[in-house]
Order: sequence, then C-alpha cells, then structure tokens
Amino acid sequence: MSDTIFALSSGAPPAAIGVIRVSGPDAGGALHQLTGREVEPRRPSVAKLHRSDGALLDEALILWFPGPATATGEDLAELHCHGGRAVVAAIETELGAMKGLRKAEPGEFTRRAFANGRIDLAEAEGLADLLSAETELQRSAAIAMAGGGLSRQVEEWRDQLLRLAAEVEAALDFADEDDVSGLSSDFEARLSAFSADLAEWLARPRAERLGEGFRVVLAGPPNAGKSTLFNVLVESEAAITSPIEGTTRDVIERSVAIDGVPFTFVDTAGLRDKGSDEIEAIGVGRAREQLKRADLVLWLGPEYEGPEGSWEIEAQIDKQANLVKSNPDWRVSAKTGENLADLKHALISAARDALPKPGEAALNARQHGLLKEAHTSLCDAMEHSDPLIIAEYFRRALLSFDRLIGRATTEDMLDALFGRFCIGK
Amino acid sequence: MFHVKHSGKRKSFDHATRLQYRARMQSFDVLVVGGGHAGVEAACGAARMGARTGLVSFDLDAVGAMSCNPAIGGLGKGHLVCEVDALDGVIGRAADAGAIHYRMLNRSKGSAVWGPRVQADRKRFKAAVQQAVAAQSGLTLIEGEVAALRLEGGRVAGLEIGDGTVLKSTAVILCTGTFLGGTLFRGEERFEGGRIGENSAQRLATQLRDADLPMARLKTGTPPRLDGRTIDWASLEEQPSDADHWTMSPLTKQRVNPQVFCAITRTTEAAHEAIRANLHRSPMFTGAIDAAGPRYCPSIEDKIHRFGDRDGHQVFLEPEGLDTHLVYPNGISTSLPVDVQLTMLRAMPGLEQVVMEVPGYAVEYDHIDPRALTNDLQLRAIPSLYCAGQINGTTGYEEAAAQGLVAGLNAAAGVLGKAPPSLDRANSYMAVMVDDLTLQGVSEPYRMLTARAEYRLRLRANNASTRLTGLGIQAGCVQTERAKWFEERENRRKGLEEVFNRKISAKVLDEAGLPVRRDGGDKPISEWIRHDGVGLAELEPWLPDALSTSDPLVAEMAEDAVYAPYLARQEAELRDLRASEKLELSADFPFREVPGLSNEVVERLEAARPANLSAAGRVPGITPAALSALLVHARRRQQAA
Repeated sequence: MSDTIFALSSGAPPAAIGVIRVSGPDAGGALHQLTGREVEPRRPSVAKLHRSDGALLDEALILWFPGPATATGEDLAELHCHGGRAVVAAIETELGAMKGLRKAEPGEFTRRAFANGRIDLAEAEGLADLLSAETELQRSAAIAMAGGGLSRQVEEWRDQLLRLAAEVEAALDFADEDDVSGLSSDFEARLSAFSADLAEWLARPRAERLGEGFRVVLAGPPNAGKSTLFNVLVESEAAITSPIEGTTRDVIERSVAIDGVPFTFVDTAGLRDKGSDEIEAIGVGRAREQLKRADLVLWLGPEYEGPEGSWEIEAQIDKQANLVKSNPDWRVSAKTGENLADLKHALISAARDALPKPGEAALNARQHGLLKEAHTSLCDAMEHSDPLIIAEYFRRALLSFDRLIGRATTEDMLDALFGRFCIGK
Repeated sequence: MFHVKHSGKRKSFDHATRLQYRARMQSFDVLVVGGGHAGVEAACGAARMGARTGLVSFDLDAVGAMSCNPAIGGLGKGHLVCEVDALDGVIGRAADAGAIHYRMLNRSKGSAVWGPRVQADRKRFKAAVQQAVAAQSGLTLIEGEVAALRLEGGRVAGLEIGDGTVLKSTAVILCTGTFLGGTLFRGEERFEGGRIGENSAQRLATQLRDADLPMARLKTGTPPRLDGRTIDWASLEEQPSDADHWTMSPLTKQRVNPQVFCAITRTTEAAHEAIRANLHRSPMFTGAIDAAGPRYCPSIEDKIHRFGDRDGHQVFLEPEGLDTHLVYPNGISTSLPVDVQLTMLRAMPGLEQVVMEVPGYAVEYDHIDPRALTNDLQLRAIPSLYCAGQINGTTGYEEAAAQGLVAGLNAAAGVLGKAPPSLDRANSYMAVMVDDLTLQGVSEPYRMLTARAEYRLRLRANNASTRLTGLGIQAGCVQTERAKWFEERENRRKGLEEVFNRKISAKVLDEAGLPVRRDGGDKPISEWIRHDGVGLAELEPWLPDALSTSDPLVAEMAEDAVYAPYLARQEAELRDLRASEKLELSADFPFREVPGLSNEVVERLEAARPANLSAAGRVPGITPAALSALLVHARRRQQAA
C-alpha cells in the first residue's frame, strides 16, 4: 500500500462544495505542490490551489493530518473546494498527474482504515450496510447475500470441483500403484454439467442491476411528449441517489423506486436525422447510445420505427390531434394521468422479470468476474487431455471459488468487503 | 578439523572409544542424533555450512541403512531426492551408487509429475552413504547411545551419552526415527524396540515425554523378505530398468552397476481368502494397533478390507542387491502371523515354492506433533533442539532426508549467524512438506505427493538444480564440484536461450509438413514447441548441429517453454502470497485476544503458531472471517509496538 490515493468524498457534483481526500505517503507532497506552502497540521486554512503551470485551480479550505492518527492511518489531506464539476475534475486531473498518486478504487479509503487497524470489521461492515440498500428489492437481495446464499452455493461448487480434482490427482499420483484406475467414465459428463451450472448462474441478472435500476429510456422525435411523460413518471416517486453515472447535459436521468423496485428513467434529446445543427447532432448521438443501454424503450415516435422490443406509446391521448398510432401498447396522458397507473404496473412487472429475483443472491461485478474465471478454467480443462494440465486448470478454478468467498487470501477478502463502498467514503 | 575416515566395515571397540574420548574434549556447533537418512543429511548439511558437527549413533555401522524397502524415489519422493541433491546432499548420489534398477514413474504424464525411482543394492547404497559421511570435512562420528539431552536455561546445550560422556553443542538435531516407544507387531507377537536388531533409546524418550511435548501414535509396516532363489521368475512378467541413461544426481556421470529387472505378480483370491480368514489375528483388526497407518501405502490386510471387490493387487518383486538373494515384495506390507504370511505368499503366481526369509511386521511408534515445530524444524518448547524425519510423523527415506537437510542447514545457519537457503512452497517440495507438517500436523504418516504442491508445474524433479543450487551456493551449503558444474551449466543456458529465441516462420514449418497454420507468422522456437505435434525433435532441422535434444538442460528449457504460459499466470498468485507473508505473527502472538475467534480456531492457531498471515490461512479450519479478524488485530499490534 505504498501509493497515494485520492477521490472525491462528497456527493456527485455539481454541489456547493466538493471534498477531495488524499491518503498515503505522498499526500503531504501533493498538498505542498498544490498550495506552494507548508500547511500547519490539524488546522483548517484557506489556500489558493495552483496547477503545475501556475494557473489557478480554485480557492479551497484545506486540512492536513499527518499519519498515523488519521481516519485511514496514513498521511491524509482534505481539499474542500468549490463543488462545480469542472473544478473537481481539474483538481482530480492535477492530482492524477502527480507521481505516486492515483485515483482510489471503490472502498479503498475504508479498506486502508481497516487494514491499518483504524476501524474493526464490525464497524466496516456496519458502514457497508449503511451505504447500500435504498429500495425494498435491494434490501431483499442484500439479505439473501448476507444470509450466505451465495456462499453456500460456492461451497457446494467447491466440493464438486474437489471431487473431480481428487480423481485427477489420484490418476496423477497413484496411477502406477494399480489400486487407482484412470478417470471415471462419467468424468467428462460431470465436468460439463458442472460447467453448464456455472454458465446458468452467469446468465442471471446481475446485482448491479439492482443498484442501477431497470433502465427505461424515453425516446422519439422532438416534442413527442417525452419530457412531460418523464416528469410524471419520476415525480412523487422516491428518488434514489446512489447510482449516478454518466449524466450528461443532453440526457436527463432520474433514479426512483416504484413499489420498492429500482428504476432509472432516461429522457433523451429528440431523435432526428435531418436538419439538425451540430450540437443537436451530438445530443442525438447520445440518445442513440442510451437506446443501446436501455432495458426498455418507451417509444413515442412514429409507429414501428422504434428499436426492437420497445413499447409503442401514444403519449398525448388528451389531444385528439395527436392520436397517430393504430395499435399502441399503451395509450396515456401525462397531463390527465389517464392510464398512467397501469403503465407503471406494467413497468414494475417488466422490471421484476429483468432484475434479480427477491431473496435470490445476485452476483455483483466482482463475483461475476470470479465465477466467470472459474467457468473459463473449467472450459479450458475440457479442452485438454493431459491430466496435469487439467489439474492446473482445476486449481485455478478452485482459487477463483476461494476468492469468491474470501477463503483464498485476506487481501481478496478485503477487496470483496470494501468493493461495496462508494469511492472516498 | 577433527575428521574420521571410517572403513564401512565394523570398527573396533577401541576406535569408537577413542572417538568418544576426543569428542568429550571439544564442543560442537551442531550435534545430530541418528544415522538414518535424516541424520546423514542433517549432519552433512550442517557441516557443509561450516558448522562443527557431530553425528551420534549407537551403531555407526548402521549409518545409511535402508531399513525398509530397497528403493529411493518415486512420485513426489523423487522430487525430494533431486532437491536434496541440488543442495549438495548425499541421498541422490548414494542412490545412483547403489542403483541396480532405474524406473521413471508416470512417464506417460507431463514431466512435472514424473517420478524418478531407483532400486538400490542395500550394501552399495550404505557404503556410498558412509563414504560420503566419512569424506565430509567438519563432521565427527561418535558411537554411543544418547541417554539424555543436556538443557541449560531452557535451551539445549548438548548430549549425554550412555557411558556418561557429555558432548557440548549449541544445537541438537534429533533424527531418531521410530525409536520413541516403538512396538513391533507380528500376529500375536509383540516386541519392544525400533527396527529389528536395534535398541530403542528409552531414556531419551522418557525425557522428551517429560518435556510435555504434544505426541501422537502412528504405525507403519513392512512386508516379508523372500529368498529369490525360490521364486519362479520365468513365469512372471518382467520389468526391466529404463533403457535411457538418466541418473538421480546430475553429478553422477553414468550408471555404475549392472542393471537387474524386477518382476510383477499379483495377490490372488486364494491369498485374499487366507488373509480374510485370519484378520482376527492381525493386530490391526484385534485393536492391538489403533494408531493410524499410511492411507497411501496400506498393508495388504488393509487393502483386502477396504477394496474387498478387487480380485488382486499388484506386487513388485524387487531384488535387494546384486550379491544377495533377498527379494522385497513391494505392495504387501503386513503384520499377520507368520503362518498366514506364508500361505498368502504361496497363493501368488511365481511364489508357489517361495521361502520366506524374514516375516513382515508392523511398528507402532510415538511421534511429535510437528505443529510443535517452527518452520525451520526447531521445537518451540526447547529452543535449538531440532527434529527431522519419522519422529515428525512422516514416512519414507526421501521425506526424512529432506527434513534432515532442512534442519541441518537451519541449525547450522542459526549457530553461525548465516542465512539458510530461502525455501518456500513455490520453489521446493521440501518447503511444501515442512509447511504442511508444521501448520497442519499429521493424522497419518505423511508421504509426499505431487498433489500437495500447488505450484507443481514449476517444481519438476528435473529442474531441481535450476531452482535450488543457486540458492544453495548463496547460502554456502554447496561444495566446489557442484558449484563449478552449476556455473558451467548456467553459462551454457545463456547460449541455449539464444537458440530458443530464434524465430521460424509458420510457412517454413508448414512446408516441412509440421502441423501448424500456414498463416501463423514468425514465432520463436520457444513458442512453437507449445503446439501439439511440434516438439524439439520435430524442429531439429532448425536447431544447431551441436545441440542435442537429449541434453538435460535443453530438455528442461523446452519444458520451461511449454509450461511458461501457466507459470506466468501463477505469478500474480505468488505476489499475493508474498504480500500476506509480510504480515508476521510473533511467536507469542495472543490469538486468544483476537476478538471474534472461536475456541476451536484459537486452539488450532495456538497448536500450529503460523509465522505470518499467509501461513495462518493454511491452517486447516481457519475461516475467512477468522483471517480478517486476525489481520486487523495483527496490524494493530504491529502499530502499538
């Protein structure tokens, strides 16, 4: 842990202030470089932050805590700067360019605090719980995970793998001793069924989907009523604050929970091919990107011209003149609220199908990655006939399983535990 | 330095007495008790490190005796032999000197699990060991029965010999085999003692028991010995010695003895019937022996009992030497009564008329729970007292030899303030074994298996020199002859690397009829040989004329190239491993004070006393949660210190 990490520790900009934390052996150097002066420990002061070329970045409140009696157990600096997106980005860029500094991994500050003995495991886990679960569905999946649903499954896979591996090892170590025959006749079939079982798990909805929510994109030409519909869908619903990413000026996203199910609604710029100026073209490009990322598209444009699988919406049934679709999936009015409740119900039911089932342990990105590694190792093993190489792939798969449940090494366990924290917390 | 040349023939009483007298006058750095495989490697290893070393045995004539089967090596075991040899140990060259039959086990598998094994003429093997011991400078041989340890201030300070002689030393290594409370079983018969014809050092045993060390009981067995002249060899399948000329040690220039074949027979239904009918007379089944025996090398009655459906088990008939008619039937160790043993034998093909020279028997013995040792094989409870070999719960010459070497090098390094070669699970089977023993303990006699080594692909028997000899030279336990050989070899490697880096185009290979894709581009030889159907032999036209594909170094480098992608993948794992090795747990780490650890976990940790966090993760039964709690607590203590 010799490198120095930094991250924005406050909420996503824009905000009134942005707190950037820097932790590690080079934190003091970084502070000195930005402020151009020595900073008194544990005493807030105001300083002008400069880029290495001398340009002024921001005027900020700064705090300097030499380690080890700090929140992370290391040298720690805090920059309370103005919370504009550009300001925060510029300071982060400047920090990132410094030698020995890098952006923090998710949960890394807490992990360092934990590893340096500043907080204990119970505190750390308490923090993790505090930070997660905003909707009922998220809570329910979290309970399944916390209740050991996945761990039990992995232990079972581990046993299965160990049984297969034992056969290979026996063939390797005892083949010359006559009391052990070669691999059993159903070895390949068992291996392939095992691998298929993992593949089935890999195909399931991922846990992040619970965080990101079911992604509903409203699309269509300008003035089709997208924004009005967007507003009535998201207003009066409980906002979810955590999963904000990639918000751009041209695409508006809101994350809400409807009946405990997390959604992200996305309002796009109007899709128009011709006659648009350059800036609008950029917006249109982004809108098309959004369509690709969508779980579901509510199509407010000309009938049958939306992306495949989208729901045809007749959005302005309060205006006779706008009834243009012959066979829409939904006829609603954002203005009068007509049929909106039904549309919401349908959305909830679609989302429930696409998101991890309540009470079912869902894999997060780390777990998915490790399970995929295990699966790949098994597939590689099936490609080989040399028991020595099969054994090596089995060993790799076992290591992936061990990492999944934190059996392998402590560092892995820490990654698993702290991967769940937001950057900088 | 005091150094005794000894002839291998029985020494006169006067000679031994004189030794004791002179030994009394001097003090030693390291004293080794026992002249078996562990004792020899411990003593020679310590002496090679430069320690003033003494080897004490109650019968110097028995030094280097093969007490059980007349074979050295095998799967996993052959790796240990090559590793001990790579650190300039004795067993590899002695095995070559005695070898009358070479067999590379597992040849049909990948080379990482090949198991070099030789059958050795007992007399010639022993003579070679005694010669090596005698030639070792800095090593004094002392005949006498060790009566007691001398302890000063809780540390070991020397030995007391049976006649009252006191030998002073800074460290003592116990390599005493099954002497601790050994009991022999043969049917209804019982004998106290270690091996046949030897005394058991009961006084020392009592002293160790009084030290309140954790002890447990294990058993091992041996088969009957046959008169080869009464075997009908002609009716049996022959197994010849390997025709190619590999040797255990690279320093052995060529095989020295005429090679003999052994033969294979099988147990039969009639033999099984005889065993089943008399199981009630076997000490194992009457409850007389309740210690655990080796699962991997079970007695014949065990095999019949556990694999009842099998109609026969292979038995290898191995000649014990060139000038003896004794034959060792490998695969039927037994403690059945003598009459049953003979009935069983005569029910096997080729043995219808066999004469049994010595019946088989089982030995039950006490061993020290090896978790009481630190990872240099030193007893935690009695500093500078080391234990190696069967006393630690292992079985086999090779396991004993490797532990002896580890203990010898560490004891010498400790006394002399030097650093021993740094062995770990990624560079040697020796370290795998020591780590397993000291962290996990034993529930049956520990035998090396390739499955125990997680980094097996990099730990081949035939690359032991590459892995270890350099480390040995650095530590100072490798003598001139091998050091020179190694240096020349490493110089040769540089030239060969250039050859392996030569590029050949796929087109050229395709035109030569090799199974490669024509559009495969230019690749170095080291990559081409990973392709199925493309080996060094196939690439011969592109290799320099002077290069021989049967050159062991060339073969080793070719295997390295084949395994390279797998090894590269292991590097990240090894980095993780080393990172968590850096968090050390002190010898007095208070596991009980770590919040959140269950009593069971605390007991396991206190028994094994892992030296660092990585080792703690290998203690059986340690949960991930326990590990994390341990991590936090260890860091906090580190900070408080």
